[in-house]
Amino acid sequence: MYTMGIDVGSASSKAVILKDGKDVVASEVVQVGTGSSGPQRVLEQAFAASGLKQEDIAFTVATGYGRFSFEGADKQISEISCHAKGIYHLVPTARTIIDIGGQDAKAIRLDDKGGIKQFFMNDKCAAGTGRFIEVMARVLETTLDEMATLDELATDTAPISSTCTVFAESEVISQLSKGEPRNNIVKGVHLSVANRACGLAYRGGLEKDVVMTGGVAKNAGVVRAIAGVLKTDVIVAPNPQTTGALGAALFAYEAAQKK
Amino acid sequence: MSKVETILSQLKDIAANPKKAMDDYKAETGKGAVGIMPIYAPEEMVHATGFLPMGLWGGHKPISKARTYLPAFACSIMQQVMELQCEGAYDDLAAVLFSVPCDTLKCLSQKWKGANADKVIVFTHPQNRGLEAANKFLVTEYELVKKQLEAYLGVTITNAALENSIAIYNENRAVMREFVKVAADYPQVISAVDRHAVFKARQFMLKEKHTALVKELIEEIKAMPVQPWDGKKVVVAGIVLEPNELLEIFDEFKLAIVDDDLAQESRQIRVDVLDGEEGPLYRMAKAWQQMYGCSVATDTKKGRGKMLINKLQQTDADAVIIAQMKFCDPEEWDYPVMYREFEEKGIKNLLFEVDQEVTSFEQVKTRLQSFVEML
Repeated sequence: MYTMGIDVGSASSKAVILKDGKDVVASEVVQVGTGSSGPQRVLEQAFAASGLKQEDIAFTVATGYGRFSFEGADKQISEISCHAKGIYHLVPTARTIIDIGGQDAKAIRLDDKGGIKQFFMNDKCAAGTGRFIEVMARVLETTLDEMATLDELATDTAPISSTCTVFAESEVISQLSKGEPRNNIVKGVHLSVANRACGLAYRGGLEKDVVMTGGVAKNAGVVRAIAGVLKTDVIVAPNPQTTGALGAALFAYEAAQKK
Repeated sequence: MSKVETILSQLKDIAANPKKAMDDYKAETGKGAVGIMPIYAPEEMVHATGFLPMGLWGGHKPISKARTYLPAFACSIMQQVMELQCEGAYDDLAAVLFSVPCDTLKCLSQKWKGANADKVIVFTHPQNRGLEAANKFLVTEYELVKKQLEAYLGVTITNAALENSIAIYNENRAVMREFVKVAADYPQVISAVDRHAVFKARQFMLKEKHTALVKELIEEIKAMPVQPWDGKKVVVAGIVLEPNELLEIFDEFKLAIVDDDLAQESRQIRVDVLDGEEGPLYRMAKAWQQMYGCSVATDTKKGRGKMLINKLQQTDADAVIIAQMKFCDPEEWDYPVMYREFEEKGIKNLLFEVDQEVTSFEQVKTRLQSFVEML
């Protein structure tokens, strides 16, 4: 039996197809999200990668910001539940999840059975999210992919405020005009995101293992910064961008079995 | 349309059209209205004048003019009140009663704009509430309020009129406390949107009329069989929980509000003015001393968390939801204490921010859906 999870995020669309709730037969990402061609394209990519067709899918769960606007789903489940499900499946020792996506950041506490004990989400502010890093990358004339490499080359950390993306952008420009090396500013940007995300994690009480997921987890600079702030190891989920879609596919499998 | 639907529709209309409620009252009685700023005021005194007390709990407008007078981090209700003042929405009020239990209210009380800027009656609630001196102080404050009301409205407030108003308000509070229980027993009949409308309408109509409608509503609902509820039950706390788009999310995810600690709702009906030998002003002052579980009423024992836990247990609720008014310091100070108590007792809880200017509720929807899935 094949089930599908589709995670329609603010900045990207992700799809995972599972066989019998265990084997991943497709795991696809398109870097545009809700309101774009992303959901349809990621669906097509997932079918192409797996050689399956829509009628082969027993149950589909949609998650993410655009979960209610995606028409092909049998059920909608929140991304918090889906990330928790996906992460626990991949890392059963996970007790704290830090999920940083395109426009929000979340800290989720799990119990030893994978149930959600508590969660915290950022409020309407781009600081501490993927969008924050995107804005800073543009000002720093670099790409998201290069950010981690530049961070590694830093000799110091330029202080960047964590309170507001707009103010932080001005700070970055000010640091650049003062001649601060770009690598140090990148490291400061990552620390700023880390401080914000760790603030959420601390609110729920930190418990190991700490697992990071969401698109920003692909940035090793942010992961290092979070590990530094929390003073603990941080496990990066395999394919961190697709853990929400994986969780959705797992929920879909459970639902299909009950049908 | 059933009787229940008819009454709810009537109350919803009043809740949604305060200006019309005020104009209708003026046309009917020839008397005007007095604005009542949050959070607590001796509204009975206004009622005794024959003027209509009108709650001023903000609105849902884009903020522009208010930015001239308030910083962006002033609480959302005050931003809205200031915007509405600037637009002249309150100009028809004969006076405004203004309590100042928080810093933002203190500042705003000195900045009133509009035609009635010289008819703003500011008074202070004493915060050292355990002392008899506090009652005496508040009586003196109320005497000043009374004098100013009489001067601005051109009426005399007799003790007999005040006693009558106190009795009307006590009855309304008692009926509303019963309504809260009925709404908890019949979530299929009273949605979160309906429940809020019943509370909100009481800010814009004479309490005796509101009491009559709510009594009728309760009677009609109680005649129905109680049905099992297949959703979840929650106790909500905060300053306000609106607009309707937000409450509709509660209804969509079958989150029944079985009790509340909202300043705009149940905190207004929590404490009655007790009978006694003392005069009406003294007994009204005593009611402030008896107030509990409120972020702007000093409580050195911090009993609000325990109160919410009791409410949860009494109503067999699944969780507590804190609707945190954006930039409301007193509420923000309470939260860490309550959160620790909830966690220690293993009580599921959720916090989200309420901002009256916001028009998009997707993030709150995600939080509430996740919370329901977690319960």
